[in-house]
Amino acid sequence: MSRGDRRTGFSLPRLAAIVRKESLQVVRDPSNILIAFVLPVVLLFLFAFAVSLDVRGVAVGVAVEGDGAEARELAAAFGATRYFDTRFARHRRELEPLLVAGELRGIVVIPQDFSARAVSGRPASVLVLTDGSSPNTASFVANYARGVVTSRLEASRAESARGADDLGRVIAEPRFWYNPDLESRAFITPGAIAIVMTMIGTMLTALVVAREWERGTMEAMMATPLGIGEFLIGKLLPYFGLGLGATLLCAVAAEAWLGVPLRGSVPALLVLSAAFLMPALGLGLLISAATKNQFVASQLALFSGFLPAFLLSGFLFEIDSMPEPIQWLTRIVAARYFVAGLQTLFLTGDVRPELARSIWPMLALGAVFFALAAVNTRKRLD
Amino acid sequence: MLVRLIAQVRKEMLVVLRDPRSRAVLVGPPLVQLFVFAFAATLEVENVAVAVLDRDEGRWSHEVVERVRATRMAREVITVDSPAALVDALDGRDVLLGVAFQPDFSRRIEAGKVAPMQVVLDGRRGNSAQIALGYIGTIVADVNADIARARGGAAAEPVDVIPRHLFNPNLEYLWFTVPALVGILSMFSALIITALSIARERELGTFEQLLVSPASAGEIILGKCLPALIFGTLLASVMIGAGIFVYGIPFSGSVALLYGALVLFILSVVGVGLMISSVSRTQQQAILGAFAVGVPLVLLSGFATPVDNMPRALQLAAQADPLQHFLVIVQGIFLKALPAEAVWTHLWPIAVIAVVTLGGALAFVGRRLY
Repeated sequence: MSRGDRRTGFSLPRLAAIVRKESLQVVRDPSNILIAFVLPVVLLFLFAFAVSLDVRGVAVGVAVEGDGAEARELAAAFGATRYFDTRFARHRRELEPLLVAGELRGIVVIPQDFSARAVSGRPASVLVLTDGSSPNTASFVANYARGVVTSRLEASRAESARGADDLGRVIAEPRFWYNPDLESRAFITPGAIAIVMTMIGTMLTALVVAREWERGTMEAMMATPLGIGEFLIGKLLPYFGLGLGATLLCAVAAEAWLGVPLRGSVPALLVLSAAFLMPALGLGLLISAATKNQFVASQLALFSGFLPAFLLSGFLFEIDSMPEPIQWLTRIVAARYFVAGLQTLFLTGDVRPELARSIWPMLALGAVFFALAAVNTRKRLD
Repeated sequence: MLVRLIAQVRKEMLVVLRDPRSRAVLVGPPLVQLFVFAFAATLEVENVAVAVLDRDEGRWSHEVVERVRATRMAREVITVDSPAALVDALDGRDVLLGVAFQPDFSRRIEAGKVAPMQVVLDGRRGNSAQIALGYIGTIVADVNADIARARGGAAAEPVDVIPRHLFNPNLEYLWFTVPALVGILSMFSALIITALSIARERELGTFEQLLVSPASAGEIILGKCLPALIFGTLLASVMIGAGIFVYGIPFSGSVALLYGALVLFILSVVGVGLMISSVSRTQQQAILGAFAVGVPLVLLSGFATPVDNMPRALQLAAQADPLQHFLVIVQGIFLKALPAEAVWTHLWPIAVIAVVTLGGALAFVGRRLY
């Protein structure tokens, strides 16, 4: 089908008409409004509360296998810490089935000869058994158990006359910048905004063109003098507006209800979000132009939009720690830049060079996705 | 009735399989994801950059820096010459942490005094920062032991803490993520297939034809369930196979128990999908509905962060999340040879959820039918 002779370049009235048509389509389906404004806030809250790295009350068993004051004092030290929710037993065998069943995350074994060795100054040992099937919790339990034993030792050394200070020693004085109390909510919330916006932006747009094909209304579009550029921009502008509105809403919710400070400026937030919506919408458009089918489009949006934003954006999992090829792959995940930019904007402020470093790659990715989408749409239209 | 059911299942399978792209998208992406994401989801901290502001340049500050350099945590150590440069490096995310020594650091140690060393960490990457601080703590303890030895002081730590990680001795993170992804990816597959099934008929107007057919509500539900159950189980099997044969994850438990749990789990998800489908007018609504439900299920499942860390209310909500129970079972059967009674404590909640969601689906679809 040839439309070339009827196309007269870029026309604003035509663009306005298609924007109006798409906007009406968005507004008249109440589920869109629900998706754009209610779902983000609900998800944001879920992320803020359900995704928490603030460990407390880990269920740990303490097997005190011997008698003696030293063993009892150490067991009491384990009982006193708020990071562990302890359960005592006389032998590790009583606790092991609970570890298998997942009711305990670790077992601290204070062996029979512990007190005798401690009193006579021979080296004593404490065994920490952990549930390796949850590796993070396992290493937390092992490290924290070591911490409890060490501080118990320091306390008893301080009790005895000989101070440790005359030997000279290093102490580490940690400071967590931008987030002094190290609340995980403070850094997870900005990351969550990026994930929610990926969902909204990529998912919604992935479905719009696919739907036209599936319903056969694409034929009607082809019969009009509409150009590719007008068609794509017209499809996206309403969703761009929706996305920007949803981002602002999320930011307000984060600041007002979740207590995450927004130290940067609102204009910077708008610029950053607008830059992110380019690749997010562009990817959605590319998917829908290439698939023509809503089922395929939704699966691809899940696998190229949501899951990478969740797993490869660095919002929870450190990018530097991933294997080299996967680190390389994260560079084409737009959410990666948005997460970094948002965390900086919320917790640090308008650090211009860092924000610019987030914005340029997103714009570049956006341009690539749009170009690919235009090529794909043109092939089908001609 | 059986003939009608088989015909309907066949038709539903054809709807999904007829299109080569939708066929490809059923199997391809989940497997790619399994390979990419399994490696990504680690909370270990390796290969980060560390800034050092050393105004001491003494024996002990060098000792600390060399030890930092030798850890797996540090990819590179960047030397900065002023506090302002340290601030810039942290602000710009060039480094995860910075270590600063005062000019009298080594002198204080030699004089038998306490020598503070400042560690500044990027709170924006709070989780990594916390883990990195743990590494620094170990380094400090080692250096202190060295100092004690160098100055002819007391013997080493009199209490030795020996950690032993059961079920996964080297804490291989993949052993945790791969079984979990089996649950997550097959859940999304089954959820989307069923969520679209009725919505597609309504959008295309073929739902009317179903209404006038002699099929009962139960048959329609069953006809929509079975394809998702078959695809979900096959997909999970491929991923379980990949976990065992490609990743070499030990499989210690009972295959029969795992499949029993898998079928119940997918049925519970299918019920949710059908409910979404019966209230959606368009496929778009159905897909977005599936996400609006699927994402919270993943968040509450304990995959990203443990359920133990959540507030009380959400821990209760997690009890109603079939994925949460299934992850305990699949991880337990893979690594811990989870005995039948322990499986049962997580299996009956899944069964209850399945009965509720399938019953709900029956009621929803039934209402549309009559």
